[in-house]
Amino acid sequence: MKLKIFNLPKYDYKRIRHIKDKTIKKVLLAFGLTAVVFIILILAFLLIEGLPFFFKGDGIDFFTGDIWDPSSPNVPRYGILPMVLGTFLVTLGAIAIAVPVGIGCSIYLAEIAHPKIRETLKPLIEILAGIPSVVYGFFALVILSAWIDDFFHSTTRLNALTGSIMLAVMMLPIIISLSEDAIRSVPREMKEASLALGLSKWDTIRGVVLPAALSGITAAVILGVARAIGETMTVLMATGNAPVISFDMLTSMRTMTATIAIEMGEVPFGSIHYHALFAVGIVLFAITFVINFIAGRVMKRFREKY
Amino acid sequence: MKWKKIKEHIIYSLLRLSGLFIVCALAILLLYIISGGIGKISWEFLTSFPTNGMMSGGIFPMIIGTLSLMVLTMVIALPIGIFSAIYLVEYAKPGRFTDAIRLAVHNLAGVPSIVYGLLGLGFFVVFLGFGLSLISAAFTLAIMVLPIVIASAQEALRAVPQNMREGALALGSTKWETTRHHVLPYALPGMLTGSILALSRAAGETAPIIMTGAAFYITHLSSSIFDEFMALPYSIYTLATQSSNVEATRPTVFGAILVLLLIVLCMNLVAIIARNYYRKKYRW
Repeated sequence: MKLKIFNLPKYDYKRIRHIKDKTIKKVLLAFGLTAVVFIILILAFLLIEGLPFFFKGDGIDFFTGDIWDPSSPNVPRYGILPMVLGTFLVTLGAIAIAVPVGIGCSIYLAEIAHPKIRETLKPLIEILAGIPSVVYGFFALVILSAWIDDFFHSTTRLNALTGSIMLAVMMLPIIISLSEDAIRSVPREMKEASLALGLSKWDTIRGVVLPAALSGITAAVILGVARAIGETMTVLMATGNAPVISFDMLTSMRTMTATIAIEMGEVPFGSIHYHALFAVGIVLFAITFVINFIAGRVMKRFREKY
Repeated sequence: MKWKKIKEHIIYSLLRLSGLFIVCALAILLLYIISGGIGKISWEFLTSFPTNGMMSGGIFPMIIGTLSLMVLTMVIALPIGIFSAIYLVEYAKPGRFTDAIRLAVHNLAGVPSIVYGLLGLGFFVVFLGFGLSLISAAFTLAIMVLPIVIASAQEALRAVPQNMREGALALGSTKWETTRHHVLPYALPGMLTGSILALSRAAGETAPIIMTGAAFYITHLSSSIFDEFMALPYSIYTLATQSSNVEATRPTVFGAILVLLLIVLCMNLVAIIARNYYRKKYRW
């Protein structure tokens, strides 16, 4: 084997290896670019299928109309406002529950909990993150909605509050794991300096650790919100899906994601209704894109700080 | 001073309570699902076809559908994800170009699953003409889990110490020889465990497959990847919300959820344990 190699002219052998290396580099570059290609594909197909709606249908009514009634035989209306409001309120409710609990839990895990408790809690949180959304949705539909109904005597059996609570549980793992990372990456010296100056442990957490970790915690919350806005199955099964404008958390609401999931199966391909659903997809994509972008920026700033 | 102590005590208790909330949420959820579904699980339930409008019989075609969807998704996502990660960690030079790729991966991770469904419908089902089929759903899910595969593969590659690479390069290996023989063997276990998490995500995802090929009811197993298929999460959704007799199908739904949870949670558990094992094994 060795002899064979040395029998080759040295120049050629080197060149073959060199060419092979260059080729592989190019192939890997092609693979590296796939993520970019897929993002462009998503954008392209949302626009290809969504933009025709604005040519064929009523683009102004889409953004300002307060009625979503695509199956009306006389005048089908495609106003996205009820769904934007539904998404907004359900997400807001989820934030109100998940942010205090999530941040509290991450402080507990990072600063207070005994290492043994932390080692048991962290896998449990990962399990919570691994449960499929359709399971959460089923739980909300069958069990949680009955509890809410007993407790609050809700207007409709499935309502926004049920969706909010379930979404909050789904957001928690993201918020907890990311903000715990943020809290733990605050330099030890800062804490020690504060303790050495005679501050109590809680004063140190509140006055030194939390302000230092704030941008990281913010990014964690924003990412949790993005997940909540984009979540489909849970809200689809929990909120009752009535596309009406209402600010009562105990009535049925419908989100943008649920609208696409419910109606896409029934629309004729290429109809105005079909394009309208892709237009809803464009709005949804734009919202989550902006939120993720902001979260990425905040996270980057936090990482550069420490 | 005493008041301050009491205040701290209250705050600590509240923080502990929020930790307890997580445990309770998980316990309640699992308890209800397990107690609802455990009575339904039997060999017959797992291996027979549904009968009588799915009010009786088993969930065999859904299980097979979900498993084949998982396998196909990973066959597509794994090579793309691992090679992307190798490029990003080993080859990419810092700069705008690489930043753009990282930004794309980051944003791909944040796209809502239903939007992936729209992509699958527009691109694979209609544009490429795959139709409502297993292959359309698998491609859609593969793109969806790609950021997870890339992220875990990157983490595994970065964990290999730099001096391994430098040693190989100093002895005259080319970049690829170094990567292939001195980096990949140590990174591969980490890559695979991270991919198990991606796989479990694909198994439980419902929204994208609604639009790309999951069927409510098929009397036979799909024979080709261009057929529609039945899948556990989609059947759970349809049976729970659109069945003609919701009460009568409930036991089947509970059983299906328990099976889905077992599949997903087992994979999660394996991934977590394997990850902790390899983190300890290779401490450089």
